[in-house]
Amino acid sequence: MVWFILRRCGSAVIVLFVASVLIFLGVRALPGDPAVVMAGEEASPAVVEAIRHEFGLDKPLPAQYVDYVAQTLSGNLGRSTQDQIPVADILAERLPVTLELSALAMLVAIVVGVGSGIVASVRRGKLADYVATGFGLAGLSVPHFWLGLLGILLFAVTLRWLPASGYVPFTEDPGQNLQRMLLPALVLGTGFAAILMRQTRSAMLGALSADYVRTARSKGLAEAKVVGAHALRNSLTTVVTVLGLQLGALISGAVVTEQIFVIPGFGKLTVDAVLTRNYPVIQAVVLVTVIGYVVVNLLVDIAYAYLNPRIRLSGGGHG
Amino acid sequence: MSLLEITDLAVHFDTEDGLVQAVRDISLTLEEGEILALCGESGCGKSVTAMSVPRLLPPGTTKLSGSIRLDGRELTTLPEPELRKVRGKDVSVVFQEPMTSLNPSFTVGYQIAEVLRRHEKLSRRAAMDRAVELLELVGIPAPRRRVKEYPHQLSGGMRQRVMIAIAVACSPRVLIADEPTTALDVTIQAGVLDVFRDLRDRLGTAIILITHDLGVVADIADRAVVMYAGRAVEQAPVAELFARPRHPYTLGLMKALPSAAVNGRLAEIPGMVPSPMSDPDECAFRARCPRAQDDCATSRPPLVRQAAGHLAACFHPGEQP
Ligand SMILES: Nc1ncnc2c1ncn2[C@@H]1O[C@H](COP(=O)(O)OP(=O)(O)OP(=O)(O)O)[C@@H](O)[C@H]1O
Ligand SMILES: [Mg+2]
Repeated sequence: MVWFILRRCGSAVIVLFVASVLIFLGVRALPGDPAVVMAGEEASPAVVEAIRHEFGLDKPLPAQYVDYVAQTLSGNLGRSTQDQIPVADILAERLPVTLELSALAMLVAIVVGVGSGIVASVRRGKLADYVATGFGLAGLSVPHFWLGLLGILLFAVTLRWLPASGYVPFTEDPGQNLQRMLLPALVLGTGFAAILMRQTRSAMLGALSADYVRTARSKGLAEAKVVGAHALRNSLTTVVTVLGLQLGALISGAVVTEQIFVIPGFGKLTVDAVLTRNYPVIQAVVLVTVIGYVVVNLLVDIAYAYLNPRIRLSGGGHG
Repeated sequence: MSLLEITDLAVHFDTEDGLVQAVRDISLTLEEGEILALCGESGCGKSVTAMSVPRLLPPGTTKLSGSIRLDGRELTTLPEPELRKVRGKDVSVVFQEPMTSLNPSFTVGYQIAEVLRRHEKLSRRAAMDRAVELLELVGIPAPRRRVKEYPHQLSGGMRQRVMIAIAVACSPRVLIADEPTTALDVTIQAGVLDVFRDLRDRLGTAIILITHDLGVVADIADRAVVMYAGRAVEQAPVAELFARPRHPYTLGLMKALPSAAVNGRLAEIPGMVPSPMSDPDECAFRARCPRAQDDCATSRPPLVRQAAGHLAACFHPGEQP
């Protein structure tokens, strides 16, 4: 298991290296000259040149890359070209917001999705199964923005249970914070809950008809133990894999959700940075996203191996 | 009163293609300490008959009728919570499929300990210690190491023996062993049969042994039931059955024994098993039977007494083919 984790960490580092090169080149391939943007349209060529020199944009590309990596590793992500605030500070402010939103959405998705998937599989062909499958299909087909608007209309405008939008930091007022995050988290989590429900249901159906489940029953174990331990344990690998695969959708979903609910998170930061060609911020945003991906995939792989003794003990990997 | 009494058991399955009549009117009894062999060709309903006892058939599609009494207690209508106290404790099962019957996510020690903790209320530690003893009992070398291993680290034969360890863990009154020795080589097979014999001698466990292997039947069983197309066609004490088989199907099976093989090839009974979907009023073996006469086509031969304890369902019983 230790070897397995070390090997996975090794490949994660390689992925990060490649990603950093691509990010570096990608930003420079965007149309528009950042020095001109920073200086303003009517600045004199001398000012543009000075800015270009100050930000090292006149050096050859490899040298710029080395600068970039060294700076990044020392925690210096540059300054926003919009307002000269250090990018690291912006991230420190925005990232936790999105992490909270995503974590809550995931929590909703796991509890609702896995829970209803289990119930649907156990009650296969009964009413509960049809209800869960029906809602699953609906949850998959409804886009985030539509669901978000509906949610605002119902809970905020009509029922007046929840505020329509806005954000209060958790550190300031946890109750207010959760109240305002609830609806966005539900909106963002619904799609995942639906996907998880379907995958859990089909994995559980497979497991429930497996011979080892019959063996568990033949021991006289309670049905809760048969389903919750024997069948579920073998379905969790599917659940974990699906979680990993859906990460991209979670991030893009967060961008949309933050726009709808006016939450000052990472998604909103990304959109604003792209619209204003704020290179240092774009670079940082993409880098953090890649790191998030790599880390979550690493965790998924480790969880997968942990759940699957065949992989854990052989040191191999899946996929 | 016998330990186990199965009366007029019929088991049908609702499938997409129609009703599969897997077992049709079987009656049999099992005494304490008796080893009863169930034999017959593949698909004749041996496993289904046996799995009906602890009700381990798929609940949605199984239609079961008749009566199964353990110590006089009706099992077919016993509520699930009561039945769960019977499963694994009074009636336990060694399944036919050793490769898939163990849970790949748990150590074999855990899977053995689980049944002990359920019924014997042993602590985690005590159950694990007992699991080691049980692995030793079924002849698995280095049991202390093996308890911590997962099924995929064990060969098919070892998994089979782990299944046996689970089944015998709580000293059941009835042990159902479905082809328990198929995946084993001959020396280990003998060891497993010894475990069964020992269980019977020490605790009076009654065993339903399902097997294709008439050699195993001759070796260990007291009595045998020969099944064909969901019915019992012959039933007798083993010595009597081998000495004087009455049903031509039994005779055919005995010719199919490896020891009776000619030129190293197994003799096969020519012809096809009838469909499990229809059940015409005739002898099901008629089309393959060397003794078939006109009367075999007009009604089904009942299972009748041929000699003391010897029943056969044939209009023309005898020793000649
Ligand atoms: N769950 C089920 N659904 C539908 N049909 C079934 C089911 N289980 C068994 N059958 C059918 O019932 C018949 C008897 O099956 P059974 O498993 O008892 O045979 P068997 O005598 O044990 O054969 P084998 O020696 O191959 O194990 C077969 O035709 C089989 O296809
Ligand atoms: Mg069988």
